[in-house]
Amino acid sequence: MTDTPSPTASVASASVPAARGIAVRRWLRALLPALSLVLVVTAIGVLNPRAISYFGFSLMLGLAIPIALATIAQLFVITVNDLDLSIGTFVGFVGCVTATLLRDNPLVGIAVLVAAIGVYAGLGALIHLRNLPSIVVTLGMSFVWQGLAILMLPTPGGKAPDWLLTLMGLKPPFVPFPIIAAIVIAVVVHFGLMRTSYGTILRGAGGNAAAIERAGWSLLRTKVTMFTLAGVFGVLSGMALIGTTTSGDANIGNGYTLLSIAGVILGGGEFVGGRVSPIGAVLGALTLTLAATQLLGFMHIPPDWQVGANGIILIIVLAARALLSRRGDAV
Amino acid sequence: MKKSLVLSALAVILVSSTAYADTSGMRIAFSNNYAGNSWRQAMLKSYAAVTEKAVKDGIVAAADIFTTADKEVPTQAAQIQNLILQGYNAIVINAGSPDALNGAVKQACDAGIVVVSFDGIVTEPCAYRVVVDFKSMGLEEVEQMAKFQPKGGNLLEIRGLAGTSIDEAIHQGILDGVAKHPEFKIVGSVTGDWDQTTAQKAVATILPSLPDVVGIVDQGGDGYGAAQAFAAAGKPRPTIIMGNRQDELQWWKEQKAKDGYQTWSASIAPGVSSLAFWVAQQVLDGRTDIPHDLLVPYLAFTQDDFETVLPTIETGSVASHEYTQEESLAAIKANM
Repeated sequence: MTDTPSPTASVASASVPAARGIAVRRWLRALLPALSLVLVVTAIGVLNPRAISYFGFSLMLGLAIPIALATIAQLFVITVNDLDLSIGTFVGFVGCVTATLLRDNPLVGIAVLVAAIGVYAGLGALIHLRNLPSIVVTLGMSFVWQGLAILMLPTPGGKAPDWLLTLMGLKPPFVPFPIIAAIVIAVVVHFGLMRTSYGTILRGAGGNAAAIERAGWSLLRTKVTMFTLAGVFGVLSGMALIGTTTSGDANIGNGYTLLSIAGVILGGGEFVGGRVSPIGAVLGALTLTLAATQLLGFMHIPPDWQVGANGIILIIVLAARALLSRRGDAV
Repeated sequence: MKKSLVLSALAVILVSSTAYADTSGMRIAFSNNYAGNSWRQAMLKSYAAVTEKAVKDGIVAAADIFTTADKEVPTQAAQIQNLILQGYNAIVINAGSPDALNGAVKQACDAGIVVVSFDGIVTEPCAYRVVVDFKSMGLEEVEQMAKFQPKGGNLLEIRGLAGTSIDEAIHQGILDGVAKHPEFKIVGSVTGDWDQTTAQKAVATILPSLPDVVGIVDQGGDGYGAAQAFAAAGKPRPTIIMGNRQDELQWWKEQKAKDGYQTWSASIAPGVSSLAFWVAQQVLDGRTDIPHDLLVPYLAFTQDDFETVLPTIETGSVASHEYTQEESLAAIKANM
């Protein structure tokens, strides 16, 4: 993993015009998530003009917020060349805690959630110190979270705390709440990860770990930081989800694992090399939410084909991105 | 089949003369969260058969079916919101979670949409619920078992999909039954997910560690798998409660022909989807007297009548009963 040549190094050694070409392609690639979102929204608008309204966007994007937060959690893990297969069940577990403990006994609820973030930090340390494959560790953890979720909430139920329902049900003037939330998430994470000096170190740990280590930075610390951040955003995702659905279910987040990975990749991220884009990832999450359920719903695909059509949309969007980035790399 | 055709023809005549309001311009959507087993396939088929006819007869303008791509609850919530935006007048739901869809269901109600849930029901008070009495089905399983195994003994329980309300209700019924019949003792419990293959694997895994078992209480869709697991292990065949699946009833028939094997079969009829459709249609029709919770009986077969229904079930499917509008009116009346 550490042998992967860093992308920044290859740019530096290339001649100036080639570097400019790469810059243009990178810019294009950064634009792709936004383009696919515009495409999906346009398609929905053509099929059902009624959906393009304050009410429509509030409805359609309400469930995109927890997906966007889970995608950001996944993005932190992917930045350091790992993969989190437990984020879905973790979100489900947080949802169960939110719908039970956090409402009935806020202090205990907060303590449990903080402890859960602590477990994430511990996982980061474990993966780094023992040099374990993150896929195996997080796959194992996914069953642990699922089990804990069922213990918390053996049958679906519970209720979101009132303050959370109020927050997720906000109706600000002019711009629907989910859009504001998406912008805030994207800007905050973009600034933290792409614009601060420690953010550069964190990404560098994924891009060229050896260099970062030789420069005197602790790789253990970067990994623990990233996993902790993943835990924090996982908790936010679970809470946002319960704030939207109003009630919990132990299986509620299971689909988020794959959605979050697809969102990061769709948004311009790479599995290795610390190349990620927080803004792209949020756009990717929104695109996936709209394409998978809303667009297909408006297209009236027969039930037997809906499942397959969903997968095909995902592959087409991802393939388009892969094509463009392949060309970008070739120069 | 012929009988139900005649009945539905009668129902149509009935409708044209007794409708309160006009629903011919109304559109009803069906939000379904899963289509991956024989029961769900039969449910969709029943629903399509009844609604296609209703559309053709001009009772409603459209009755579209939407199935989510995965079993995920958030996907179904998004789907319901999608149906709200499409402007349907009513939504029939087989829900992935009784509580976690309440947010979306409330949004639908607030938009003036009639919501009717069945099988997987939703607890939001504004929605209608067509409920099968699963608890009494679990209880009846043990009652029937007491008839076949009067001396009592050890029972193996096969549970359904963990974390669902249906699994919990049947399980509670079975526990009540065992409490009532202390001669039975549940010595093992496995998760069969209402699926023959899963059940077979689960039973085969637990079998070596079990004492002798006289009977299996289960939830349907798992009886044939359990029978296969016992046969493969060379263990004596216990009394297995069946769940109306074609393969289960076929196996029962073979065993009965061989040595007079006795058991009982029960499950929720997939055609209850058509009842939910008619409830939605009636509410749209202007009826305000329909209770929000409708209890409907489960579909059971005994030693004497299962062989008559067996030939009507397609291979790999499950026994069903499609509700005509007339029967639906009677079912609603029984709850008032």
